Amino acid sequence: MKPFTTHTGLVLPMDRANVDTDQIIPKQFLKRIERTGFGQFLFFDWRYLDDGSPNPDFELNRPQYAGASVLLARRNFGCGSSREHAPWALEDYGFRTILAPSFADIFYNNSFKNGMLPICLSEEQIENLFQRAAAQPGYRLTIDLKQQTLADSKGLCLTFEVDPFRRQCLLEGLDDIGLTLVHEPKITAYEKTHAK
Amino acid sequence: MFEKIWNEHVVHAEQGKQTILYIDLQLVHEVTSPQAFEGLRLAGRKVRRPDRTVATADHNVPTTDRSLPILDPISKQQIDTLRDNCRQFGIRLYDLDDINQGVVHVIGPELGLTQPGMTIVCGDSHTATHGAVGALAFGIGTSEVEHVLATQTLLQHKPKTFQIRVDGRLPTGVSSKDLILYIIGRITTSGGTGYCIEYAGEAIRALSMESRMTVCNMTIEAGARAGLVAPDQTTFDYLRGRPFAPADFDAAVERWRALPTDEGARFDRVEVFQAADIQPQVTWGTSPGQVATVSDKVPGPADFSDPVDQKSAAAALEYMGLTAGTPVTSIPIDYVFIGSCTNGRIEDLRAAAAVVRGHRKASAVQAIVVPGSGLVKRQAEQEGLDRIFCEAGFEWREAGCSMCLAMNPDKLEPGQRCAATSNRNFEGRQGKGGRTHLVSPAMAAAAGIAGHFVDVREWKYR
Repeated sequence: MKPFTTHTGLVLPMDRANVDTDQIIPKQFLKRIERTGFGQFLFFDWRYLDDGSPNPDFELNRPQYAGASVLLARRNFGCGSSREHAPWALEDYGFRTILAPSFADIFYNNSFKNGMLPICLSEEQIENLFQRAAAQPGYRLTIDLKQQTLADSKGLCLTFEVDPFRRQCLLEGLDDIGLTLVHEPKITAYEKTHAK
Repeated sequence: MFEKIWNEHVVHAEQGKQTILYIDLQLVHEVTSPQAFEGLRLAGRKVRRPDRTVATADHNVPTTDRSLPILDPISKQQIDTLRDNCRQFGIRLYDLDDINQGVVHVIGPELGLTQPGMTIVCGDSHTATHGAVGALAFGIGTSEVEHVLATQTLLQHKPKTFQIRVDGRLPTGVSSKDLILYIIGRITTSGGTGYCIEYAGEAIRALSMESRMTVCNMTIEAGARAGLVAPDQTTFDYLRGRPFAPADFDAAVERWRALPTDEGARFDRVEVFQAADIQPQVTWGTSPGQVATVSDKVPGPADFSDPVDQKSAAAALEYMGLTAGTPVTSIPIDYVFIGSCTNGRIEDLRAAAAVVRGHRKASAVQAIVVPGSGLVKRQAEQEGLDRIFCEAGFEWREAGCSMCLAMNPDKLEPGQRCAATSNRNFEGRQGKGGRTHLVSPAMAAAAGIAGHFVDVREWKYR
């Protein structure tokens, strides 16, 4: 897994609540058997018009957000299906971090497994970031996972919470399966005592 | 009950780290597994316990004539990949020609694979369904599917506990689907985030196993990954005699009797609802929490105080092509979908068939009935339900996920409006531009006959 330490990037504000994984990556793209290449299909049904041309009204297609890597979102981001194709698509498109007041559990967990950092902030903090992004064209944020801080160039500096174990895995890009297999003898012992 | 199951499955716990939890059963389907098997191959790993892994194909499969080849080459490739992976890693697969094939969350309980006290995972968010028998069951991502295949364990944070108690009995004509939609409407689609829910109270105890599955199934729509119902005589009677039920069933029942939550146990959160308050529900928006009772009018942004909710309501009404203030019963429909892991079981088909019997569908409506499994289909045919549906102009299909998520050829055209017994009314869920209203099987059937939503409590059964 790609480690995440610090990241500075352009902010894309997406002012919608309950963005579900069906929108992030619609089902017609779940038939692929690869793990890569999903970025081109990210937010497909919102991003493209019926004739296949980019929808100029959709945030992702606005020229000022080209190259954005920090997604600013509203509450309950990533709700719905467990499809890991959603973080695959976001990561493949170029997003490294997502800021929201709350995330759906499965999506939140899946993001960490793919080197992407979801950050939970209060509704007020998120609202403040939306206002700053609207007021300052080319608004950028720097996220430091080690210090657990998030800062802009105009003096804003926030701290955020993240589970210490997930933080460590992300900082070092650790592979979960490898970590678990360190405890393989315990799994074997468990299976022996619980054999039915 | 949650604590008991959790503690029984801890392999390794360490302060400040995730717990390594043993997984008794992993269910696998074609959509979220190919990358996990590929990961195993790349790392040179094996499936640790093929005997604790069961696969079927459901999401992609056609529901029309199974003797014909699958027309969509990418769907076919995904199903073929599942076959190859199961063969290579020695995993039991219920393939398309198997009577036991079906929606993964229908066949698990049906075959008795799902048992009280187990930990069960699947790369699908509706795995919560299996909680209805008193199992700790939740959906996982593909990286975790691979983790379980390789280690038979999962790294997990312990969720908080949330008891939802429903007092009294559901009124006549009100189903478990109405119950869970009502709950989601009240606690919101993120109300359960971070929790494991236990459903309790007289109304839950009175539900059949299949109705409990409908409730637990939609737990994820309330934001919680797992929903549990304590096992009781209803559970034991349901499981007895199923193919994978324990050989010494009575001894198993004795163990299972110890699972229910102890008197006086504390939950992190408790909500209490009155069953008598619940009426048939119809969703009007693009999130399962945007729900009204059938006798209500469609709400508008002005009915919400929170600006984010107001914005969501306005966007939902625009997508759904609805105007605030429209009575729910005057919304016309084009399509009826009866099926899915939420409402594709025999009881659901019986409830729908009872409404349909002796009637004819509205001429402008297309209606399909998709049994949840091959066994449900066979049972329904033995009871003559297929004939009741066909005589009313409803199409009778093969088992699969079908129009719940429209990965197969069953989908809505842009602008079409559907009364669906499935679980998600997200934008485009049943086809790009399609409009989904979530309802119970009886409500969907009645809407198909009338051509618009009707209150099934006033239905003239024939």
